[in-house]
Amino acid sequence: MAKKNNKQPTPFTTLPKSPTGIQGLDEITGGGLPTGRPTLVCGGAGCGKTMLSIEFLVRGATQFGEPGVFMMFEENAEELSANVRSLGFDLDRLEAEQQIVLDHVHIERSEIEETGEYDLEGLFIRLGYAIDTIGAKRLVLDSIEALFGGLPNEGILRAELRRLFRWLKNRGMTAIITGEKGENTLTRYGLEEYVADCVIVLDHRVTEQISTRRLRVLKYRGTAHGMNEYPFLIGERGFSVLPITSLRLDHEASTKRISTGIDSLNAMLGGKGVYRGSSVLVSGSPGTGKSSLGAKFCETACLNGERTLLFAYEESPAQILRNMRSVGIDLDPWMKKGLLQIHSSRPTLHGLEQHLVMMHDTVRAFNPAVVVVDPISNLTMERNEGEVKPTLMRLIDFLKQQQVTTLFTSLTSGSCATPEDSQVGISSLMDTWLLLRNVEFNGERNRTIYVLKSRGMPHSNQVREFVLSDKGIDLVDVYLGTDRMLTGTARVAQEVQERAAAELHCQDHERKLRQLASKQKAIEAQIAALQAEAEAEAAEVNFAIAQETLQELASQQNSKAMAQLRGGLTNNKREGKRK
Amino acid sequence: MPKIDSNPTEFNAMETALVDQSNARYLLKLYITGTTPSSTKALVNIRKICEEHLHGRYDLEVIDISQHPTLAEGEQIIAAPTLIKKLPLPLRRFIGDMSQTERILIGLDLRNVG
Repeated sequence: MAKKNNKQPTPFTTLPKSPTGIQGLDEITGGGLPTGRPTLVCGGAGCGKTMLSIEFLVRGATQFGEPGVFMMFEENAEELSANVRSLGFDLDRLEAEQQIVLDHVHIERSEIEETGEYDLEGLFIRLGYAIDTIGAKRLVLDSIEALFGGLPNEGILRAELRRLFRWLKNRGMTAIITGEKGENTLTRYGLEEYVADCVIVLDHRVTEQISTRRLRVLKYRGTAHGMNEYPFLIGERGFSVLPITSLRLDHEASTKRISTGIDSLNAMLGGKGVYRGSSVLVSGSPGTGKSSLGAKFCETACLNGERTLLFAYEESPAQILRNMRSVGIDLDPWMKKGLLQIHSSRPTLHGLEQHLVMMHDTVRAFNPAVVVVDPISNLTMERNEGEVKPTLMRLIDFLKQQQVTTLFTSLTSGSCATPEDSQVGISSLMDTWLLLRNVEFNGERNRTIYVLKSRGMPHSNQVREFVLSDKGIDLVDVYLGTDRMLTGTARVAQEVQERAAAELHCQDHERKLRQLASKQKAIEAQIAALQAEAEAEAAEVNFAIAQETLQELASQQNSKAMAQLRGGLTNNKREGKRK
Repeated sequence: MPKIDSNPTEFNAMETALVDQSNARYLLKLYITGTTPSSTKALVNIRKICEEHLHGRYDLEVIDISQHPTLAEGEQIIAAPTLIKKLPLPLRRFIGDMSQTERILIGLDLRNVG
């Protein structure tokens, strides 16, 4: 027992899978369709069953070295080739290169008479022959249900189909069998009964007059798979599924910064701009300069040699070029250089999901470093928030995974109480949120900008005035008065006033200094006068003293002389005796 | 030159077939798959029918598609056995082991319905 416990757990082996090469589908199924087994693809008319199947074969042949047989019961080979040529699939060439066999099975019910027991050996032989001639690994039967309409005796047919699918399994064919959606069943003739390994349901729904294609892996025996409905698109590059919820939240976080193109805005964002691979939301009411900000971002990215993609849902490329030139942003040279692509489309062209798939596709094809969506709010028109958020999350996640720096603009409607309310619930997905606001005061409307949030960097809490001119975009400090913020001419007037006041102050100071200087001089003069007086007095005193000394000397000499005159040297004798 | 020759003869054959069905020559092709029970059954059955009803005025070609798989694609063979009445027109297909003689006779325009 102890030994057993010490054993390493045996590595988890999954079912062998054959990649379809279809964008997204391999992610949902965890690697592709079950190898050597049939997969049922079902759905209503025009939901893309044939497209999915043909792409599975073409990609198998061109990317994975697995030739394939396409047996069609509805279209003929020429029609099919013509239909998929627009997707860049050249079936004629692949057929000539022995990579693909196209076999059209045509059954005319009116010509056929049943005369007893029969089997589908003819079909088996045809399939077997087609498979053997090119060594096919993949097979599509599109759609085998046509047999039910073409051949009598359903009992025989069902038994033969069961035999056919077993036969395909024995031959190890990775097969797609398509089936039309039935009333209450997945397929009209209950094919799901025979093909039980993997079932993919395609759907084409119209809500609010906008159609969306969706794909769901209903069943995949023996393996984990994405269970959700995933929107998909049949675009210029074929089938593509948006599997976003299968993505993980583990994208790299770059420490590199990317400039917004406006120095003063960069300064507000820690001095360097936004992080590479982060998402920026610019929201604001109409006419606040969101698009200009987005265009500036594009231009800067192009200047730095980054590939840039602009999705515009309001203006045509020509209109954008013209309008942006008026604020000093010239995007034309970058477009010509191929660094910038502008994709304009009507938001109502597809549903939101479809748009996202298209963006997904374009991003994969162009591989940009910067993506600007202007505006994202148009895509989410009249959709409830619960629906919109996960889909946008898919897009943002995808772009982050690709390390693409994104800037979304978002229009906030005036009816909402605060601009924060009117977001489509995507602000929490954003790393940086810039808010543009109109301030109406004193008979004019001015734009202001502030950074509502910016993850992972110090950012300014200041409101700046956003100035659009033919010289470009600039941010100016607003004037913060005692009780309100001043912008535009009010700010200019206030600035002039302030400058005047400052000058006045300056002059006042000088005057005071001058006064002080003259006062000092006066005092100095007084000091000098007093000193002079003092000197004069001192001289006087000295003079007096000298006079007195002289007088005394004189009187002494007088008395001496008098004593001598009185005859005697008495004084001297007396003096001598005393000595 | 032989091409031009062949076309009028075929055309004539068709025309005569349309004009006079009772004397028309039948061109039948039977596609079978090896020696499966239904294949052999079908072969036996159709030979019997032809001998009984079309004696001397039919050509029956038997093709084993397991030996010639390309022919299956050309003739749009799905089910086996399949009998194709090439001539006289209209073209008709019969699938199965040819055990339902009545149906075949109706399909071959050798018996009036009802």
